[in-house]
Parts: sequence; C-alpha cells; structure tokens
Amino acid sequence: MRHIISVLMENEPGALSRVVGLFSQRNFNIESLTVAPTEDSTLSRLTVTTIGSDRVIEQITKQLNKLIDVVKVVDLTEGDHIERELMMIKLKASGQMRAEIKRTADIFRGQIIDVTPTTYTVQLTGASDKLDAFIETLGTTHIMEVVRTGVSGLSRGEKVLSL
Amino acid sequence: MEQLSGAQMVIRALQDEGVKHIYGYPGGALLHIYDALFQQEEVQHVLVRHEQAATHMADAYARATGKAGVALVTSGPGATNAITGIATAYMDSIPMVVITGQVMSFLIGEDAFQETDMIGVSRPVVKHSFSVQNPEDIPSIIKKAFHIAESGRPGPVVVDIPKDMTNPTDRFNYEYPKSIKLRSYNPVSRGHSGQIKKAIDMVLGAKRPVIYAGGGVIMGDASAELTELAKLLNAPVTNTLMGLGGYPGTDRQFIGMLGMHGSYEANMAMHHADLILAVGARFDDRVTNGVDKFCPTAKIIHVDIDPASISKTIQADVPIVGPAKHVLQEMIELVKGSKKQPGKESIDSWWQQIEEWRGRHGGRFRTDDSELMKPQQVIEMLSKVTKGDAYVCSDVGQHQMFAAQYYKFNKPNRWINSGGLGTMGFGLPAAMGVKMNFPDEEVVCVTGEGSIQMNIQELSTISQYDIPVKVICLNNQSLGMVRQWQDMNYESRHSQSYMKSLPDFVKLAEAYGHVGMKVEKYEDLEAAMTEAFSLKDRMVFMDIAVDPFEHVYPMQVPRGSMRDMWLSKTERT
Repeated sequence: MRHIISVLMENEPGALSRVVGLFSQRNFNIESLTVAPTEDSTLSRLTVTTIGSDRVIEQITKQLNKLIDVVKVVDLTEGDHIERELMMIKLKASGQMRAEIKRTADIFRGQIIDVTPTTYTVQLTGASDKLDAFIETLGTTHIMEVVRTGVSGLSRGEKVLSL
Repeated sequence: MEQLSGAQMVIRALQDEGVKHIYGYPGGALLHIYDALFQQEEVQHVLVRHEQAATHMADAYARATGKAGVALVTSGPGATNAITGIATAYMDSIPMVVITGQVMSFLIGEDAFQETDMIGVSRPVVKHSFSVQNPEDIPSIIKKAFHIAESGRPGPVVVDIPKDMTNPTDRFNYEYPKSIKLRSYNPVSRGHSGQIKKAIDMVLGAKRPVIYAGGGVIMGDASAELTELAKLLNAPVTNTLMGLGGYPGTDRQFIGMLGMHGSYEANMAMHHADLILAVGARFDDRVTNGVDKFCPTAKIIHVDIDPASISKTIQADVPIVGPAKHVLQEMIELVKGSKKQPGKESIDSWWQQIEEWRGRHGGRFRTDDSELMKPQQVIEMLSKVTKGDAYVCSDVGQHQMFAAQYYKFNKPNRWINSGGLGTMGFGLPAAMGVKMNFPDEEVVCVTGEGSIQMNIQELSTISQYDIPVKVICLNNQSLGMVRQWQDMNYESRHSQSYMKSLPDFVKLAEAYGHVGMKVEKYEDLEAAMTEAFSLKDRMVFMDIAVDPFEHVYPMQVPRGSMRDMWLSKTERT
C-alpha cells in the first residue's frame, strides 16, 4: 500500500543524504520526495511517498526515527490528511489542440502559465492521481515535458507535526 | 576563558572526557592535532601499523569496559582503512568515536590530495557523524559524539575535521560542556510498565519458557539482573554469540549458545518453547534460521533498547522498548511480589526434557585415533589453563565458533568477537586494545592462520608498546569455515580455501621480538600452554597444528527450523 510519511528534521548539511541513504541501504522504495525548510529555519519538513507492506512501513518509520537528525516522523496515511502535488506540463499546442488543451486545463482547474505560438505550459495542483488523470486525458503524443514536485501533505484538523 | 587552537581543543576535549588511550596513525590532515598531542601527557597515543587495527583496538576497549573507544586517522586512505573497523562496531552496537582528518575546507570537493568524502563513505555504518565547520564547535561536537556513541543503542560516531579547523595560530574560547541535550535524540530510559507487567504474567504462566539473551545484556550492564531473574524463574538461558558471558557459562541453567552453531539443547529448547523472553537480542538470521519455521509454538516477549529491532524479522507478541537493566530490574520486582509463581511441575518436566537433550548430544566433539589434534581440545585446554577467566578476543571462522562453544564464560565483557560483520583480522588488535587497559589480566587472541594474517603487522605495535597478549592460532592450513561449507554444499571442491605458502609463524613472531611456539601433538599442549601463560611480560604466538578436516557442529540446516541440525558429518536431527 502507498504511504505518505512526513518527517520533521534538523535543517543541517547531510541530513537529507542520511534519509535518502537509509532508503537505499535498507532496500526501501521511494516513490517521491520533497523537502524544504519550515517557518522555523532550523527545521526542515520532508515528505516521502513509499509503497510497502505494514511491516515494511513500520520499519521505515522506526528507522527514520532512529536517525539523529530526525525530530519527528508521522505516517499521514494512518489518519485523515490532505495531500497535494504540483505539476508543470509543456504541451504541443497548435490548431485545434489549442482550444482542447485550454478546455481540459479548465476542467482540471489548471492554469496556463506560459504561451508560445506552438506550445502551452499548464500548471496543475492536486492529489497525484488527479495529475495522472490529466496526463492520461491529453494523451502522451502532445506532451513535450512534465515536471512534478512530488507529494506534500499534512494531517487534517488540529493535529500537527511540530516540536 | 582559556584560548585554544582547534587542534588543542580536540585533545583537551578528549582529556575532559577522561580518555586515557587513543589509537591512530598520523597523516597530513592531522599534523596540527598530532602536534597538540605531542605537547601533553594525559592522553596516550598508540601508533598502530594499519588504521583498521586502530579502530579494532578502540572497539575492543569499548567491548571490555562499556565506554567509547577513540581512534584517530587521517583523511583519504586513513579514513577508508578505518571503515571496516567502523562497520564492525556498528554491526555489534559498540560505542566508538572516530576522529578523521579532512583536507582544508576550501579544498573539499576539488579532489584534493588524500581527499575522501568520509561523511558520505561512512554514512551507512555509523550511528551518526559530524563535520566540523567552525573550530569553536569542536568541544560541543566531541561532547555530542561521546553522548551519542554511548547512550541508547550504542554505536560508532565519526567526527570529520578539515585541517584548517585545527590551525595552531587561530585560537578560540574553550569550554567543555558539562552535559548536552539534543532535541532530536532522546533514548528511552525505562520500559513501559504496563507491557512489563503483561510480559511477567505470561512468563509466570509459561510451561516451557526460554530466556534468549544477547549482546544488549553485555553492553547494557545487565548480566547480574539477567542472572537473578533466571534464577527466580528457574528458566533455561541461552546466549547469542554476542551475549556469551551475560549469563554464567558453567551454571546449570545455561544451555549454551543458540543458532547456526548453537548447542543441540539450546536449539531444541527454542523450537519447543511456549514462551521466549528475548533480552537485548535481535533475532538475526544466524539465530533464527528459516523465519517462517521459527519457534512455532512460542509467544515472544522482546526487550530491546532499539524499537527498530523489535518485530524487524520476528513479530513480537509483547514488545518492550527499554534498557535491559531497568526492564529486568522491574521484572525481578514483579516476580518477587507476585502471588503467582512458575508452575513447578511443568518447569520440572521442561528441565527433564532439556537434560535429556543435553545428555544426548551435550556439546561433545569426537576424538578419533588420528594423531591430529582437535581444535576443540585446544579451546578446552585454554579454558583450563586460564581457569575460564581470560579475556578471549577472537577472529572469525571455525576457531571463533569453537571458542564460543568450548570456552565457558562466567563473566560479561570477556568474550570479544566480531559477531555481526564477521571481520577477519579483528582478533589481534582487539586483544591489544583490551590488554593495554587491563595489563594484569590474561588476554588471549584465538585465531586461525587465515585471520591472523589479515592484521599480522600489529605484531610490530605489540613490540613498541610491550603488550603481552597470547595468540592461540588454530592452524588447520585452510580457511576452515569456507572449506566446511564447500565440503557440505559443493562436493568438497575446495575453491581457494586452503592456504599455500604459510609463513613459519614461530620465526615470524621471533622476528618481531616475541616468543614463538609450535605445538603439533596433544600430549605437548598443556605444558606448552602453561609455559606460554607463565611468560607474563612476553607476547607469545602459539602456532598449534589442528585437524584440517574438522567441522563445526551442530550446524543448522539452511532455511530449516531451529531444530534442523547436522550433529556430525553423518548425523542429522
């Protein structure tokens, strides 16, 4: 099953490489990874999506917690949570496709953020499966380039991951 | 406030940490630190002949004392040579602080002379590492390094110091922190009382309990507590390879080591147990054999300081995260205060069964009519001559298993071996590290002609510092354990497992200024060994010719259950 694991860690050199190294060292899988400092610049928030059995996920959270730089770990998928991913997708846009892409982008609540006579670049945010659906709808023949941020997420309601 | 250079701060911090010996090898990146070292006397430096030996010496000091050992190695090859020793300590959870030199900070990343990304190279085999970015941070980084290495589940910590951080002309305020707090690191100090109570309820209701205790009991200083609890419960105790000495080896309730080369009775008892109390052990693959067939009727209570060890390979029914000492103390109080006591009848009949197993195959090897000495006989003789009271530092291979099986350890911290990583070349430097810190104790290196040659250069260090260890080399002229597997699984095709052109070890020892002895007949063994140990201030190398065809038994059948064992070349359970 797919899990979203959120990690609060010291914003120090080498901390990220310890997390990434742990995943390869222990043969855990990384589907996506995002990381950036929080409002407290001494802390970074890292979100990793991974796929594994309950046993593997338990090991991942335990092993992450063992890293000295890691302050807190939570598996967001254990409770109600919100997840978002941002994608920028560059498409060949000429003739009829120009209108088609615009319509589809509207339906998905995407925005066209760059326009040339032959291309459109669409920005889209949402859960990962929504981004997948957009790609599928337009079909790969028109896609020139795709860049995705990977998933970020947090728990719903009062629950927070903080010191 | 005192003004010190970075180099002086490194040495001063070690003094303030109470470090007496450090083991190392100088080099360009460390010259400032070695110069500061030269100008003081509190911290003694031991110059090894290869950096791997420095790490093993520091590691063995830690295994014998429970305190972090310290190694000092230069950048590049010095650092990479230390990796095997760091990995050895990591696998066995041994506290160690390794200070590595680094090229000057402005050269990092430019492929400078003797540059290696030590933080990166060591990352998978350290508990944590620090790279010094400001000389002012040196005292607090060293304090943190010791704190992290020694607390929680211990492990090695690397402190990488670029040369310009130790510049003798740049001086800074020095103050060694009295204590340190890390917001992201808070090892547990006690177990969950509810879980401990639940565990004891189960233990007292068990009909066929086994206590399975590992290295956590040794490093957690909990062998007295383990012994007391086992006595209260009249439960059989088995130790892992790392746990030997954690329970007295000559006690009736000790049923031997368990696992791949564990005793028949220990493996049988584990397989038939209805309850396993695991303390400071990690259910590794050399213990469990096939995990799907592991102890089918047992409920499992798992006490460990590291939550990640619990349910990693074998699901625990009652997990208890905490230091072995505190958890066992709490268990003892609960048993003492409980109305419920172990069912006498069921425990008696369990013991009857165990005694029957012990009687059937109780750890005996066969001596045949051949002239050849059995390696087991040598270990038994060693146990006799040293009265079971020596520090035994082992290398890796058949001799290691024979030592584990036949030397009866009654005290903790006296069996010193590379259990997890299985590092050949560990034994000799380990023995040196122990002997330097316990000069009045007998310290032995049990080795083979293969392992000893992996760090043989340390015979020179022994001359320099007069470290009178005794080397017991079980010379079977082959890489015995490899050969055994080839005999059992590859129709005796001995691919690269025998040693051609062995040196004359007696002459070699003599060349380094030591005493060499060669023993070829069992009838000469006792006299020779007694003589060797009577030479209190000399290093003695005993080259002992043993049967090259001997195998280590019992040996579990791969991927079978605990009870599936070869008991000799022809008998299987």
